[in-house]
Amino acid sequence: MLDVARFRADFPLLAQRENGHPLVYLDNAATTQKPQAVLDAIVEYYRTTNANVHRGAYDLAIRATEAYEAARAKLAEFVNAWAPEGVVFTRGTTEAINLVAGSYGRANVKAGDSVVVTAMDHHSNLVPWQILCQEQGATLRMVEITEDGRIDLADFGRALERRPKIVAFPYVSNALGTVNPAAQLVKLAHAAGAVVVVDGAQSTPHLKVDLQALDCDFYALSGHKMLGPMGSGALVAKPELLEAMPPYHGGGEMISRVWDDHATYNKIPHKFEAGTPNVEGAVGLAAAIGYLERIGRERIAEHEQALAAAAIDKLTQIEGVTVYGPRGKSDRAGVVSFTYGDIHPHDIATILDQDGICIRAGHHCAQPLMRRLNVTATARASFYLYNGLDEVDALAGALVKAGALFGYVPA
Amino acid sequence: MDTSPPDPQLSALYQELILDHYRRPRNKGTLEHATHAVSLNNPLCGDEIDLQLRVDDDIIKEARFIGRGCSISQAAASMMTQLVKDKSIPQALALADRMSAMMQGDDGAARDKTLGELRALAGVSKFPVRIKCALLPWNALTDAVKP
Repeated sequence: MLDVARFRADFPLLAQRENGHPLVYLDNAATTQKPQAVLDAIVEYYRTTNANVHRGAYDLAIRATEAYEAARAKLAEFVNAWAPEGVVFTRGTTEAINLVAGSYGRANVKAGDSVVVTAMDHHSNLVPWQILCQEQGATLRMVEITEDGRIDLADFGRALERRPKIVAFPYVSNALGTVNPAAQLVKLAHAAGAVVVVDGAQSTPHLKVDLQALDCDFYALSGHKMLGPMGSGALVAKPELLEAMPPYHGGGEMISRVWDDHATYNKIPHKFEAGTPNVEGAVGLAAAIGYLERIGRERIAEHEQALAAAAIDKLTQIEGVTVYGPRGKSDRAGVVSFTYGDIHPHDIATILDQDGICIRAGHHCAQPLMRRLNVTATARASFYLYNGLDEVDALAGALVKAGALFGYVPA
Repeated sequence: MDTSPPDPQLSALYQELILDHYRRPRNKGTLEHATHAVSLNNPLCGDEIDLQLRVDDDIIKEARFIGRGCSISQAAASMMTQLVKDKSIPQALALADRMSAMMQGDDGAARDKTLGELRALAGVSKFPVRIKCALLPWNALTDAVKP
């Protein structure tokens, strides 16, 4: 386990009290808190370096551009991207996936083609493909999950028989915590001739991600789920794919020359970064990466797995609690989704909040998955490097209180 | 382990009457010969309600619902279907206004006997994110009788 007390001191917000109790923040799959180092980097950028990037001829603007491009290089190294120019900064995972669907998808998916997604995809890796398929007259094929919350490999194989143009799946499920066998899925999809889009929103903060080894074609990530600022994120892609793609948004920065009725476009990645970018977000994200690298993602993953295992153990001892998702330690991230008898997850969340415990209740932007689990909602606790075993105990204790309030007295 | 008694606001929120309506909802099911029907859901939390009314000569003769959601939304739906029975549409809409006022923390509305058992939900006003749960069935009713 990590020395949690040491890390907590780096996060000013975690020192706050909520409803008179110490804050127990267990909604990290939604967004993480930010360490002082990230806050400092953003303030420092505005105090000393702020100017518009890729435009000014003066030294200040050059320093701003350097800070922005250094952040790109840092992120490229962090995920072992194919090249820094394969990193397109976006507002987050959602925009990154929309970019692929809107640009690559529109250019390559035609009537009669198919696109494959999974039943555990977040709406952000589902709805853009629905829109694309409806526009192009293509078929969207949803791969089923097994009872223990894994991608059904047999059904995945059947979906590939149609030789889909695009296969999209999450590396880690935000609702179940399942760590999917991503490299194996990429290999299978490539063998069927598909281009592979991986939703990395939940994997990048928690696992060592090596994109060249993974060999997918597109990878989307969010900065705010990995200690970085909201509105920061990226699409990481094989450069040759980006080169061949039409632009997504038009405007400044993405052009080379502009005439009255047409334009030529800038080199990648700038071709996909129309308008003034979120430089503060990129700089903050680079500071977050620095923080994570000092700890090491293998250690973070190990810590979260231990917390998840402890939580599953404690929660399943409470009569009436059902935990969803795989039980294996190795293919599960620090996300624990559960229900408790007939107590609705929103009621659980309200009751826990009175003890200063923040969890998520709802469909987790995964309604097709909820239908398959035969629930409308679950409660979800998700951990990060600053959570400790005492917080797992607090969660279990507050749940017992919720049970008592609803008339569930454990035998 | 924390064994302190539950917060009084929480005990008020989850009092017996509310849990009773949640676990044994009244008027749950579908209505034959419904004259008005509406489906509403809360996209944020996924709570759902299908409300059906049989209105005769501007009087709500019967109200039934099918729903899935938290204790607050389901208890509110159950209580509402009892309360609006045999009320005229203007009377039902006036009750919807009183309910809304109670959710805004209006003490007068919380003491208003015309709201019947729904006054048990007054505590919801202390939990702003849950107000939409209590109002979901009322919004469905308002939509259903809209001319």
